[in-house]
Amino acid sequence: MSAERITATGMPARARGLALRLISPGGAVFLLLVVLIAGIIALNPGFAEPGQFMRFIQRVAPIAIVAIGQYFVIVSGEFDLSMGSVITAQVVIAGNLIGQDEGMSIPVLLLMIVVGSVIGLVNGLLTTLLRVPSFIVTLGTMLAVLGGVLFWTGGAATGNPADGFRQIGRGGFSNVPLLDYVPYSVIILAVLVAAAVWFSRRPFGRAIVSVGDNPVTARYAGIRVWWVKTAAFMISSLSATVAGVLLVGYAGVHPSVGRGYEFIAITAVVLGGVVLGGGRGWVVAAVAGAFALEALFTLLNFADVSSTMRDGIQGAIIIAAVAYSAVSFGSRPRRGPQTSPVPGKESADSASAASTRSGPTTGTTHISNGG
Amino acid sequence: MSPVLEARGLAKSFFGVRVLHGVSLTLEAGSVHGLVGENGAGKSTFMKILAGVYDRDEGEVLLDGKPVDFAHPVQAMSAGVATVFQEFNLLPDRSVAENVFLGREPRRGLLVDTRGMVRRTGELLAELGIDFIDPSARVSNLSVAEQQIVEITKALSFEAKVISMDEPTAALADNEVELLYGIIRRLQQRGVAILYVSHRLREIFDLCDTITVLKDGALVSSVPAAELDAAELVRRMVGRSIETFFPAPLEGTSRGAVRLAVRGGGNGYVTDVDLELHAGEIVGIAGLQGSGRTELAEAIFGAVPFTRGTIHVDGEGLRMTSPRRAVRAGLALITEDRKAQGLALGQSVLDNALLVIRGVFPTRTRRARDRAPGVLSSLEVSFRGLDQEVEVLSGGNQQKVVLAKWLATEPGVVILDEPTRGIDVGAKVAVYTLMRELARSGVALLMISSELPEVIGMSDRILVMHDGRISAELEPGSSEESVLAAATGTVGGLLS
Amino acid sequence: MTTTIAAKRGARRRLDSTAIVYLALIGVIIVGALLVSTVGRDLFSPGSIRDILTGMSVLGLVAIGQTLVILVGSLDLSVPYVISLSSLIAATTMAGDAANIPLAVALTLLVAALIGLANGLIVTGLKVNGFIATLGVGLIVKGYLDTNYQGSAGSVPAAFQYIGATGIGPVPISTIIMLALAMAVFLLLRRTRTGHHLYAVGGSATVSRLSGLHAGRPRVIAHVLCSVTAALAGLLLASRLGVGSPTVGSQGGYDLLSIAAVVLGGTLLAGGRGSIWGTIGGVAIFAVIDSVMSVMQVNPFLKDVVRGLVIVAAVAVYTSHVSRKRRARFAPTGTDAPATARNTAVTGESR
Repeated sequence: MSAERITATGMPARARGLALRLISPGGAVFLLLVVLIAGIIALNPGFAEPGQFMRFIQRVAPIAIVAIGQYFVIVSGEFDLSMGSVITAQVVIAGNLIGQDEGMSIPVLLLMIVVGSVIGLVNGLLTTLLRVPSFIVTLGTMLAVLGGVLFWTGGAATGNPADGFRQIGRGGFSNVPLLDYVPYSVIILAVLVAAAVWFSRRPFGRAIVSVGDNPVTARYAGIRVWWVKTAAFMISSLSATVAGVLLVGYAGVHPSVGRGYEFIAITAVVLGGVVLGGGRGWVVAAVAGAFALEALFTLLNFADVSSTMRDGIQGAIIIAAVAYSAVSFGSRPRRGPQTSPVPGKESADSASAASTRSGPTTGTTHISNGG
Repeated sequence: MSPVLEARGLAKSFFGVRVLHGVSLTLEAGSVHGLVGENGAGKSTFMKILAGVYDRDEGEVLLDGKPVDFAHPVQAMSAGVATVFQEFNLLPDRSVAENVFLGREPRRGLLVDTRGMVRRTGELLAELGIDFIDPSARVSNLSVAEQQIVEITKALSFEAKVISMDEPTAALADNEVELLYGIIRRLQQRGVAILYVSHRLREIFDLCDTITVLKDGALVSSVPAAELDAAELVRRMVGRSIETFFPAPLEGTSRGAVRLAVRGGGNGYVTDVDLELHAGEIVGIAGLQGSGRTELAEAIFGAVPFTRGTIHVDGEGLRMTSPRRAVRAGLALITEDRKAQGLALGQSVLDNALLVIRGVFPTRTRRARDRAPGVLSSLEVSFRGLDQEVEVLSGGNQQKVVLAKWLATEPGVVILDEPTRGIDVGAKVAVYTLMRELARSGVALLMISSELPEVIGMSDRILVMHDGRISAELEPGSSEESVLAAATGTVGGLLS
Repeated sequence: MTTTIAAKRGARRRLDSTAIVYLALIGVIIVGALLVSTVGRDLFSPGSIRDILTGMSVLGLVAIGQTLVILVGSLDLSVPYVISLSSLIAATTMAGDAANIPLAVALTLLVAALIGLANGLIVTGLKVNGFIATLGVGLIVKGYLDTNYQGSAGSVPAAFQYIGATGIGPVPISTIIMLALAMAVFLLLRRTRTGHHLYAVGGSATVSRLSGLHAGRPRVIAHVLCSVTAALAGLLLASRLGVGSPTVGSQGGYDLLSIAAVVLGGTLLAGGRGSIWGTIGGVAIFAVIDSVMSVMQVNPFLKDVVRGLVIVAAVAVYTSHVSRKRRARFAPTGTDAPATARNTAVTGESR
């Protein structure tokens, strides 16, 4: 990349740049992750063994995958609260339709993908075309999807899907050299992370971020904002679907299997330094956020902290993470949810096609040719 | 009679750029003092210093003979210096009375005295001669003129001695202007001093007792209105040595085929638009704020589409219903507000430069990315690296990134809305040079500008807009006076 | 001239959103009554009315508080846990002894107020938005609940249970309390400076600041009041259950349902506009729909589907109604499009 450089690119400048990156919310999560893992190993040296470590990753996999999905939605400036319901719904579908018939695995899997896509499509279209804040839309789909699926199964979210299907979430490759045991979900996770990174570098992936940064600019640049956001919602619902597939094997089929996942996903994403309101953040940081979250819980587990404190700690973290972002990004006045709870407000507010930033510009000292 | 407000030698700089050089002005009770000047002359900066929005760098302000220093607009209001800005500071979902008394709600015991508030608001409105606004009405249900009256009422509720008005008639219809005149006369009778900032010369002469002219941040003259006529006023506003840094059309530039043709275009904001842009030409659009120039650009670009009429690009008839269509047809729009509409501030230079390519022509991404550094350096953008956040760049560099973004799409028609607003001289020259190069390569350019030298210096043809219509076409090299005259509705030295 | 402007104003007047809610409520009641009669029941029987009003009470209390928070431009997701915690504090403090009631109530309200204070301070001081701040605090409270309570606890004396159980005719006492609270909050919003400032800050913190208002105070007050109303809901639930429960709040989905009721009632999610009575109307709509579905023995899961659809549809209707357009110079049919100061001043030919 031959860019013009005005300043000399000596070591000091590079090191400073790196240091700044590490302190930034997006970078701090990696630091945090390293610290946490070190802490775990200190308390429980066995953790460093490949087998245990792999199982750790296996535990993180569903969380990391939903974090990826939620990342794309949040970076586009919206929220997806329906993830938990989608997970539960998919798990129930798998449980009930596959039953003991392994041959049904593939068709049902395809059905699940279709269902996931449709839910994402609905979320996206309602948000962009009807201009209902995504907070409300996904709240509605959360209720409707879960209610619908449970109604269909008569509330009995039982059903033991065939072993073959469950193996996806719980099985793995044994006797792998060096790593000993590699769960399938780890491989799936690795593939999805790689795909997410690749996608986020593609033009469309970049468009998602631009839309979150400034939907007006994006529109003037010829981007179809409605389609970009809808695609983000579809990615989110599909990621919840994949997480559901993993959870079938890992956690079993019951009606609360997906409960709270949307908030866990949001926590992971926020921990990864992604700003609510959109436009900033790396997908890998969101994944790291998921890892850090689970690492924290594991650490507390080994430290004999009661598991009932999990939620409390998650709460404290989420506040700290956002406050940290607010402080480091404080100088830049974001059009984000500093005063309003939901970024979706902007889409509801700016119904006028060519609206610019709302609010008077008196009181600011930006230079303009006004006079 | 001693003046109500006296400003002496006010000076102000922003980021090292001087925008106000020692301006002095005196406001007498019961008089209307007009403040005129082109865009960028320093009028709004001056007003905002008086209003307590900006701190002054030098000079002093005396209110009733005593020096004052306002650190916050509330202080100014409380002291009796009120300002009605173009962007109203009203809460649309609250009532007139609630807006007028925001933060100072009268109380009876522990509760707000709503009835008293409404009554008092009604009294204030009556003092302005207004009987048709209900103090309990929600502000969002009022027309713009009525909302402006609410702002004035608010000022009055502070027992204002001085009321500044910034382009008060910019968004008003003719009959509403009459209404404002009546209010202003009433205020005068009450002894309020009014600072009236406006482009509309007819109103200046209708209302003002004294007229102060600013140019490039400095005072040109401050004389009784009777001593001036429209032509002389315009001369004082623009008289300057015309900079000769506008590049002339390049060798080999010839006016080619029609690239953009609009016939009978109209929507809610502009009407009767007939316009042709030829390859190789730069057509300038002049006009006052509110004349519809940006709306015209947005309509051509499909952002706020025409509801009637036709658009042809390179001979092909198109329904320009979205910016995406326009971009695919080879159009580009450099918007007026680069921060809000032209850039994704949190993204890098490279991301911004590739924004349209990635969004509309993704297959060309690789090629565009390879060329981006070259394009940026040819525009002489100075930045630390392609991944630098665009927000921290200077205005000029930001604008260059916007240009790079559009150049990457190799457009056939480029519309520029205030392309050199808020950027330094060096960057301006770069922009002008780029425009000439584009013209030579066969692009058709449409340039909206409020800077008269720029319009005259760069345009091969000048269109003037007034009240939503293209009202005049002027020859290249027309005088600034004639352009401004056409823009203000002055014909032959007389106000029409 | 006077008549022209007045006439224009008349043409521009839109239906007040609270009126819309009550019209919708009437519609829902009519449809509900018809549906219910098809299974041989009467929606207006005393028992049915009592059920509806009972169903309204708890959600109504929470929704009143949520209205305040949303009006000021924030959100409160911690309410379910505050409700549960309140029921537990109340029940365990009372410990079956009526003499402990005043202390229990006071303690419950105090704790809730402190939680609300925490919410408000995180929002204003740490500049964290309401969604995250209250989500975080809620989870912290949940952690506390999960750690310290394995199931129901405490015991509510009969005297207190009386409140949750009895009524005047078909109108439960709890509903009367809820309506009284609604009236009190209504007066707060209408007639006190705090109320006015709440609307102002929610409408535009910038404009408020220019008028010398600090956004912090109304926000903190709103959050404190919201948590207190959640505590009242918890007290009511304790009265009904006879014990305190660590899950009663989250089971009821009170966070999202209260937000939905508020939005359904015409309050803007972004803040600055709305009314308590609209919220009560929204709560009533939910209660009627719920009751009708119960009577018709609709599968409880379908209830959620209906709720989800209602929420989205209602907000869609509101946002389409509310969209603000730039003022047109050449109106297509001769009547002016409604203009608001904000958009007119910022769009188009700006400096």
